[in-house]
Amino acid sequence: MAGSRKNNSRKTKIETKSINLYYGNHHALADITVKIPARAITAIIGPSGCGKSSFLRLFNRMNDLIPGVRVEGDALLDNFSIYGKNADVVNLRKKIGMVFQKPNVFPMSIYENLVIGPKSHGIKDKSLLNGIAERCLTQVALWDELKDMLKKPATEISAGQQQRLCIARALAVDPEVILMDESCSALDPVSTMKIEELMLELAKDYTIIIVTHNMEQAMRVSDMSAFMMIDQDGVGGLVEYSRTSDMFSNPKDKRTEDYITGRFG
Amino acid sequence: MIKLNPHTAEKLAKGVIWTVALMVIAVLIFIIVFILYRGLSVINWEFLTRIPRRSGREGGILTPIIGTLSVTLLAILIAMPFGIGTAFYLAEYTKDGILTRIIRFCTESLAGIPSIIYGLFGFIFFVQILDLKWSILSGGLTLAIMVLPTLIRTSEEAIRAVPKTYREVSFSLGGTKWQTIRKAVVPSAIRGIVNGLILSVGRCVAETAAVILTAGVSLSMPKSVLDSSRTMAVHFYQLVIEGISMTNAYGTAAVLIILVFFINVVANMLINRFVAKGR
Repeated sequence: MAGSRKNNSRKTKIETKSINLYYGNHHALADITVKIPARAITAIIGPSGCGKSSFLRLFNRMNDLIPGVRVEGDALLDNFSIYGKNADVVNLRKKIGMVFQKPNVFPMSIYENLVIGPKSHGIKDKSLLNGIAERCLTQVALWDELKDMLKKPATEISAGQQQRLCIARALAVDPEVILMDESCSALDPVSTMKIEELMLELAKDYTIIIVTHNMEQAMRVSDMSAFMMIDQDGVGGLVEYSRTSDMFSNPKDKRTEDYITGRFG
Repeated sequence: MIKLNPHTAEKLAKGVIWTVALMVIAVLIFIIVFILYRGLSVINWEFLTRIPRRSGREGGILTPIIGTLSVTLLAILIAMPFGIGTAFYLAEYTKDGILTRIIRFCTESLAGIPSIIYGLFGFIFFVQILDLKWSILSGGLTLAIMVLPTLIRTSEEAIRAVPKTYREVSFSLGGTKWQTIRKAVVPSAIRGIVNGLILSVGRCVAETAAVILTAGVSLSMPKSVLDSSRTMAVHFYQLVIEGISMTNAYGTAAVLIILVFFINVVANMLINRFVAKGR
């Protein structure tokens, strides 16, 4: 397995402590406790509708945008509370970047897409912004392809390039964690492969958490895997969380085994 | 009912839709061509730069042009912050609740009121109670209230049409609510908002009933917004209804059409030039 680097002694980057999520009266996620290692890729897998994305969006509090959402329990980023009274959401989201399912570049130039984050955090200096743009595009291996067309509309490049641009845009605010919500599901196999290579590269410096319904992808890139399912009442929960190599070779839970051997989902 | 086979139905539908669309376009073109045909010959430099004499039988339409522009500009300047602000409040800052339902109900009701009622309100409230007299200010305030519903609704629709993902991305990059609105929502909604503004300008320029009761019908050159002035639409109305001069009425109408056309083109050019870069 490509992603099975040593991670025994890795320090914990994000930790959830029996966290619960409610949409109004609907209990969506129940009592999830995990420790997510730093500088590694953690994959959240499970059948559709089990709450993978909701779980991922707990880390950067994106669920807050939905009216009627309530969270119980807590999550910690570097031992600081994400949901505590003094938590600063804006600062949190600077540290935890996100890449979405579909490439969602803003309808502006490639350059404007790259610097929109830094600009909103008060960086005005032109040469500094140019430097950020170049660094991030280089990180996602797009600099050579796009350096001569930075002023062109971002919507004019290919979907695969757009998704990599979205990753670069997230990197531009200097996050420590990157959440990727099925970020390859709208892409062709070649683009998917490029993004996966990129994930492995980025995992050297960043903590990456991905949601994927593609188990091969989880096996190819992730160090840790979390398998989620919903119970009879429609409440999502964590079934098994372990090193990816262990989970796929020796699942402990019958439900995990059924899922990864393709018996359902 | 006769059952058509899908192929015939397809042809029939296409035929009907094309016919209807062409008829509408034909009527519009006919009106514009007819008015320009009757009016363009009247328009010359004197017509645009002279004050009307003998109630508009002679002279130009300089004061109605100035009246139209000042009343409209004032109305839009007053309505814009309130209309767009309310739209952002409804679309971004509040959940659906009793308050938003009341606001929506009111704007929708206001949108359906005939303009002469606004005129009457403006006459009683601005002209008489606030003692602003027949003036450009009274007219502007009245028109501002009149176009508010249009402005609120078109702006709100434009804001709501901005994909949710833009907001998500902005928030995920650590943007605040205001930054998200400014950087992610406004650039995408601006075209729709400006369209709403243009629509409002059109309504102001075309309005007669509401301004005749509030801005009055004076033909002399206004010195401030507290002076009365008649708009082109009112001038046109007076020229026709009092049988003063059909020729000059068509001339006025032609100028009116050209003005609206001009405002549209300029507004679109400005959007393309300044806000729609990279779009």
